Amino acid sequence: MVEIDDLTKDYAARRVVDGVSFTVGDGEIAAVVGPSGSGKTTLLRMINRLIEPSSGSVRIDGKDTRAVPPHVLRRGIGYAIQGYGLFPHRTVAQNIATVPRLMGWARARIDARVDALLDLFQLPAAEFRHRMPNSLSGGQQQRVGVARALAAEPNVLLMDEPFGALDPIIRTKAQSDLLAIQRRFGTTIIVVTHDIEEAIHLGSRIAVLDAGKLVQYATPADVIARPATPLVAELIGGDRPFRLLSLGKVVDLVEAGPASGEPIRADASLRDAYAELLWTRRDVLPVIDATGTVVGRIRRDAITVRAGAPS
Amino acid sequence: MRRATSPEAPEVSAIATTARSRLPFDKLGVLIAAMAGSAAFLPFATFRVNRIVLGEGRALFAALPFGEAAFLAIAIAAGIVLAVSKTPARWRLAVSLAILVALCVAIGHASTFLTPPGDRMARVSPGSGFWLSIFAFALLAADAIVRLKLAPIVRIGILAAVALFLALLLASGTLSDLSILREYANRGDTFWREARTHLALALGSLAVAVVAGVPLGIVLHGRRGWRAPVLSVLNVIQTIPSLALFGLLIAPLAWLAANVPLAAALGISGIGAAPAMVALFAYSLLPVVANTVVGLDNVPPAADDAARGMGMTDWQRLVGVQLPLSFPVILTSIRIVLVQNIGLATVAALIGAGGLGVFVFQGIGQSAMDLVLLGAVPTVALAFVAAVVLDATVEMASTRSARRGRD
Repeated sequence: MVEIDDLTKDYAARRVVDGVSFTVGDGEIAAVVGPSGSGKTTLLRMINRLIEPSSGSVRIDGKDTRAVPPHVLRRGIGYAIQGYGLFPHRTVAQNIATVPRLMGWARARIDARVDALLDLFQLPAAEFRHRMPNSLSGGQQQRVGVARALAAEPNVLLMDEPFGALDPIIRTKAQSDLLAIQRRFGTTIIVVTHDIEEAIHLGSRIAVLDAGKLVQYATPADVIARPATPLVAELIGGDRPFRLLSLGKVVDLVEAGPASGEPIRADASLRDAYAELLWTRRDVLPVIDATGTVVGRIRRDAITVRAGAPS
Repeated sequence: MRRATSPEAPEVSAIATTARSRLPFDKLGVLIAAMAGSAAFLPFATFRVNRIVLGEGRALFAALPFGEAAFLAIAIAAGIVLAVSKTPARWRLAVSLAILVALCVAIGHASTFLTPPGDRMARVSPGSGFWLSIFAFALLAADAIVRLKLAPIVRIGILAAVALFLALLLASGTLSDLSILREYANRGDTFWREARTHLALALGSLAVAVVAGVPLGIVLHGRRGWRAPVLSVLNVIQTIPSLALFGLLIAPLAWLAANVPLAAALGISGIGAAPAMVALFAYSLLPVVANTVVGLDNVPPAADDAARGMGMTDWQRLVGVQLPLSFPVILTSIRIVLVQNIGLATVAALIGAGGLGVFVFQGIGQSAMDLVLLGAVPTVALAFVAAVVLDATVEMASTRSARRGRD
């Protein structure tokens, strides 16, 4: 759990972060969004004290971050950034082993952990352990960067635009991979992004910053349905109904009944189902589960109801 | 509009490339050929009845027995043809090295041929024709090595082979009648002593400069405000002529020796090694400090931020990330400083510091050019070896990560 309490940062006359307070529960993902210059990176860097707050405090699992020296604090918090920051003179394995080595883990334990993480991130250990970062593709470097951040099994992971340099297809895959790994380890994640789509996809809650102030902290559905300020509404943009649909799954609206034609999977988003209905000019779609068995159908009318503004 | 011009453009460039490739000769080769060709009209060796009188030039065919002279002339002519025409770099390297070997052996034979039997006073030294030929074919060899893009370790191997060949040639006595080796024969002990002093001056001042300059560079990297003033001072030192700096240091160090007993006990005095070391150290500081600052500035900011964000202490970050990543740039400064110091240490002989410059200045004083050469040739050779070895090391250091990545 991360408790951020009245956090403020002043640079000379400028207040970059202004009295921000919010709490990220265990295993939650908080996505911090806002226009550029809204102070989101500064906020993130104050959590692991790369920037010292002017006032306010941060507690991680109930413990004030000022209770230990900064470098000791940071070893316990995962850190992944845009550009990944891999060490070009060290192998993939050495990069991932950075924090465990700083913490003085035994050799065998480090090796086992590195291999486990490489396999988890679909980078076969035998092939990738001894590669140098500059021989990897952008997507591979990104995965090594996150694997390195998770190496010492931190409870909390901070990410600053971790997918910013990836092309759209690889980015979507990387986001799903992150969600899968987060569910597996139960890591609490605070991720900074400028992309509202990414925030809606990743966040259990979204924190919207505007000129250093926290203007809304709510679930994605709430942020879309009830934007707190005109700026939040502007961030969400005109395609609110579709963003709402992207949060729901087909399985939520499955009902019994006949349907024909190409089926859709139960774990697809309502947005994908709606797009399929529109494109194939149908009113109902058969729904199948992961094994391919038909489990029911989904109606266009039912989806349409979900896409409207809450009354 | 685009349809009209675009098919035309490649056609034009195709014509240009064929025109270029149809040029029947190699551009640098023409220059080399001009040098080697004009060398034929210059004396191959110089003969003097004793070491200080003015010499008389001897053309190639007067300096060697006819057969050997003809062989060398044909070899050089063949080399010229090869240099001018477009030939594979491998061939150019092999032929130029062979001609260089032939030239070295021939100048040894010329000295024996020209010296009257039993005459210990007569001097035979290489003439301007020899030097120009050596320069031309050394240029051809160097150009071929560049074109072959040889791996650093291969270049060091070639250098070692050349050094071994020269050592064997010297040991065989082929060159013993040459004037420079006559001078060496008279000064065998002092030569090696001065050579050691020379190396000690150049390497010692370099070591001190690295020990002091790298930390200074690290400090300046962290404090931007100090950068301009400190680097300006070091810049000003670089502009002081070496002789002036050696001279300027005599007074303060003499004062130090006279007034501080410890300084005198350490062997510090106004002349000798102390001011030489101080001056060489002062010249070395700017490259080392400036390159350390630049190297640290060029560390990828994301890697530096990640290192901090993962909990490295400042020291761990410096030693584990920043210095390894700026190492190639710092090594480049060491190469600059070493080559510079090997040259500058020659001047240190003037203030009694010793070194190979001793022979240069003695030779000038006695108008004995052979003695000047005894000091100058090894100095140039040392600087050359230092440059080749350190260039290769810099290249290995900067491509290390890339090469390991391909494995």
